[in-house]
Amino acid sequence: MSAPLKPLPAWADVAVIPLVNVAAAFVISGFVVLAIGENPLEAVQILITGALGNLEGIGFTLYYATSFIFTGLAVAVCFHANLFNIGVEGQAYIAGLGAALAALYLGFLPGYSLVVIAVIAAALFGAAFAAIPGYLQAYRDSHIVITTIMFNYIASAIMGYLLVDVLRVPGQMNAETQAFPETGRIPQFHEVLAAFGVQWPVTPFNLSFLLALATAFGVWLLIWRTRLGYEIRTVGANPVAAIYGGISPARVTIIATVLSGAIAGGLAVNVILGEEHRLILEYTAGFGFVGIAVALMGRAHPVGIILASILFGVLYQGGAELAFDKPKISRDMIVVIQGLVVLFAGALEHMFRRPVATLLARRVAHPPI
Amino acid sequence: MELFDAFIVVFASGMRLAIPLILACLAGLWSERSGVVDIGLEGKILVGAFASGAAATFTGSVWLGLAAGLAATVAFSFIHGYASIDQRANQIVSGTAINMVADGLTALIGNAIWSQGGRTPQLPASAQFAAIDWPFVHEIGAIPIVGPIYEHLISGYDLITYAAFLLVPLTYWALYSTRFGLRLRAVGENPAAVDTAGISVRALRYAAVTICGLLVGLSGVYLVLSQLSYFQPHMSAGRGFIALAALVFAKWRPWPALATCLLFGFLDAVAIRLQGVILPIIGSVPVQAIEALPYVLTVVLLAGFIGKAIPPRASGVPYVKER
Repeated sequence: MSAPLKPLPAWADVAVIPLVNVAAAFVISGFVVLAIGENPLEAVQILITGALGNLEGIGFTLYYATSFIFTGLAVAVCFHANLFNIGVEGQAYIAGLGAALAALYLGFLPGYSLVVIAVIAAALFGAAFAAIPGYLQAYRDSHIVITTIMFNYIASAIMGYLLVDVLRVPGQMNAETQAFPETGRIPQFHEVLAAFGVQWPVTPFNLSFLLALATAFGVWLLIWRTRLGYEIRTVGANPVAAIYGGISPARVTIIATVLSGAIAGGLAVNVILGEEHRLILEYTAGFGFVGIAVALMGRAHPVGIILASILFGVLYQGGAELAFDKPKISRDMIVVIQGLVVLFAGALEHMFRRPVATLLARRVAHPPI
Repeated sequence: MELFDAFIVVFASGMRLAIPLILACLAGLWSERSGVVDIGLEGKILVGAFASGAAATFTGSVWLGLAAGLAATVAFSFIHGYASIDQRANQIVSGTAINMVADGLTALIGNAIWSQGGRTPQLPASAQFAAIDWPFVHEIGAIPIVGPIYEHLISGYDLITYAAFLLVPLTYWALYSTRFGLRLRAVGENPAAVDTAGISVRALRYAAVTICGLLVGLSGVYLVLSQLSYFQPHMSAGRGFIALAALVFAKWRPWPALATCLLFGFLDAVAIRLQGVILPIIGSVPVQAIEALPYVLTVVLLAGFIGKAIPPRASGVPYVKER
């Protein structure tokens, strides 16, 4: 066996390794584009212009980024407790039900209190749906990965039944609910800015973005500045030490999964209350899984997650433009990139550690004159 | 008699639906028994399906399609193996990555080559596995009770179906009656003990991952070359995860795995059959309720309310040699 690795300097650990990992994912993506007979550099140019070239593109990019901040944070909270919540997709789906039920049936509530209640309902539904796998992991010893995968499909079945057979507007073809009343919607930025006399193109970008940023700050406070956060990190690092320190891993497991589910509800807030204004079949569209890539890329830190979310927002918005310009590079390319990011930033995160360490060591051994 | 005929029809369709599950479940069994958790079965089914569909389209040969499907899944298995065994990665993360890459890549390449939204062209019958009629199928088929069973449940399936049923006893024999199988199971329970005996943990786990790739590849190949005759993006439709559920439900044992997969396939067939049918007393059964049943059953089992599902002790744990 080769010699054990010397620890890398902190700056290399925080900045260089993640960047090298993500770069590897993008380089391979470039080869994939090349392999299907397109020019990767041209693709990147179209992608970036489409995502950031004008205000409309930026609006869509930030709208997608908002979704990813929520799902990324949801995955990250569980990461800190060393739990892998693959069920963010299903939790967000069920959270959509909470948001829709509140917005549709509590219309008597005055003014914007309706939308506030709808946001809370989304969080509660997401939390409740996550609580079951959390409880089963904590007290029944069933692995959260398997149960949350199963719960994704259970959520899909429940929602399929409700939307097709119960909530659908009679006579409608599409499996979706009625539109929410005006007070059950989250204002979009172009509306808010118009009130101040500022012109902004019509995009789905809405005030949920601010809620996402606040949630990110809240998660940072919770994980690094509170006793509960300390307990979560301790259980994540070493459950035996946690017990010795008087922390109950079972309690922390449940709290972490419930929080995760509640944050997953943010996806419903952004998409259902902020843009669609009605509950639609399969509205989550895999964004819960994007959260896994975002959390891994952002190394489960809120700042990293916001940056990774914006990057994925660029990919989703720019990818749509790219698929329009270059039909060969369909939107599936984004899923490939996402998978490669999970592979290199997650599964193979230590692969480049040795080369980078060797490189740094050599640089120190032969200082440039 | 009518009820019996309906039963035969539903059972035959359940069996067809169970084949990809059986193969994927056996694949997961080999991998997890060696200590490598594989939630990437779903993605690898897609890889096998796409590669076999594409190769069969280009060459017109069912055998080259089969070979390409198996080769592609084994390659994807090696990525997972490299991450799990050599890089000591989190195997769940690696499996998730495999699922995403497979899902995106198959649709992307399919769309780039044939411009049909990721679909591959319909294969001619010569590039598919044909159903094999057993001897005297019509003569025996005329006999009541035994006849329909022989005609519809035993005869008339393709090569991969029979292979799937043979692979169950083969897996059982290999795992429980050979030296290799004993070592493989040991490496999933206590790799340090195997290492101490001077046997390579790494080689055993790579062997298991390779077998897993071949079996799950066959599952994907079946979908295209035996069932649908073309590849379609996302066509695995959660089968990899149902197989994973079946694996848990069967408590990581081959014969119960076969029974569970047949049960889940049968449930699927019943769900299709009951679509829009109004039953006496119960009324119409929501299809989604039956579709969700495998997942609910697995969660209930995992929770320890009916028996206890205990995975191999070292599954998911990377092996670190003591220095």
